[in-house]
Amino acid sequence: MSESKGWPLWEVFVRSKQGLNHKHVGSLRASDATMAIKNARDVYTRRAEGISIWVVPSNNITASDPSEEDSLFEPSQTKVYRHPTFYDVPDGISHM
Amino acid sequence: MKDQDISKLEAIFQQKIDDDIKIEPNDWMPDAYRKTLIRQISQHAHSEVVGMLPEGNWITRAPNLRRKAVLLAKVQDEAGHGLYLYSAAETLGADREKTIDDLHSGKAKYSSIFNYPTLTWADMGAIGWLVDGAAIMNQVPLCRCSYGPYARAMIRVCKEESFHQRQGFEVINKLANGTVEQKEMAQDALNRFWWPALMMFGPNDDDSSHTEQSMRWKIKRNTNDELRQMFVDVTAPQAESIGLTVPDPLLKWNEAKEGYDFGPIDWDEFWQVVGGNGPCNKERVDARRKAKEDGKWVVEAAMAFANKRNAKKTA
Ligand SMILES: [Fe+2]
Ligand SMILES: [Fe+2]
Ligand SMILES: [Fe+2]
Repeated sequence: MSESKGWPLWEVFVRSKQGLNHKHVGSLRASDATMAIKNARDVYTRRAEGISIWVVPSNNITASDPSEEDSLFEPSQTKVYRHPTFYDVPDGISHM
Repeated sequence: MKDQDISKLEAIFQQKIDDDIKIEPNDWMPDAYRKTLIRQISQHAHSEVVGMLPEGNWITRAPNLRRKAVLLAKVQDEAGHGLYLYSAAETLGADREKTIDDLHSGKAKYSSIFNYPTLTWADMGAIGWLVDGAAIMNQVPLCRCSYGPYARAMIRVCKEESFHQRQGFEVINKLANGTVEQKEMAQDALNRFWWPALMMFGPNDDDSSHTEQSMRWKIKRNTNDELRQMFVDVTAPQAESIGLTVPDPLLKWNEAKEGYDFGPIDWDEFWQVVGGNGPCNKERVDARRKAKEDGKWVVEAAMAFANKRNAKKTA
């Protein structure tokens, strides 16, 4: 990846309303965290999309490697016994 | 990488596209796919940013406070669109500053519609109604584009565009139903922006070099001519309903195809404007260059301040 000489890149996460988690909405450039929050407010919440913002320097994010998708996530697909529907419950049993 | 490895990766990639699985930044993609997207997304970003200039021209002269607040909000949205899109281009490894320098050097293009001047207040109506209207036609299918970050940016953009079109239509409708002079002004704006708006969809399908590959990659979902036809079909009746005349003597409803027939586009004019010889090309690029030059000290000062504060924190 090439590096811009300008301001660093930030990832922006917005909580849309109280009780919900912050969700990634995009990225932007800013000289520091304070400016990143201000810019995120203008760029990503012009229409009441949020009540709280997180900004994280993009280069502090470590992503899983897409080529390891199988080894990382396939095992969770084969363990059907982790789901309640795997088990037989006799007729007449309730509250379970 | 060996050739057979690449063709295997290419096959997996195309299969994902065919299955409507989105491509995300870290996924393997063919170089040509990456390059095509960088070119298209950065051109789109430039169009949003340059597109602020013709409308910015009227902010201080809006006829009342309501119109001024609306126009300001609209132009601010276009800045936001530019920023979403530059970020999307960056996820592909594009250098933001370099793409902007390419705009300033004339290497990168932007939508040629913004090389036309905005002579009267009615042009604010014509731009919102026709230019944002055409942009919506182009952008709605891009919400389903195969590249995740671009598709997500377009979803945000499209949500915001519909207010742009409505505010423009409100402006032109008001003038079209006003005094004789106001009606003339509205008609004149339609006369000047109609054909350039049709050109926004790009060359006819037979002359469009990238269409086929872009459709296979699902970067593009409809051809230029399909989108142009859709635009004419929805816009012509709107003009009629507010008593304005589309400046095309050949425009006529065609019952058989359930769409309008319309006259030929002046492609010489289109290529002239794309080539840099439109009425405002120089003015637009000069304004962007000046903005970067004049703002350079702010960019540097903010960075110096941040560095100084970080140094203090770690000391
Ligand atoms: Fe826009
Ligand atoms: Fe746009
Ligand atoms: Fe717009």
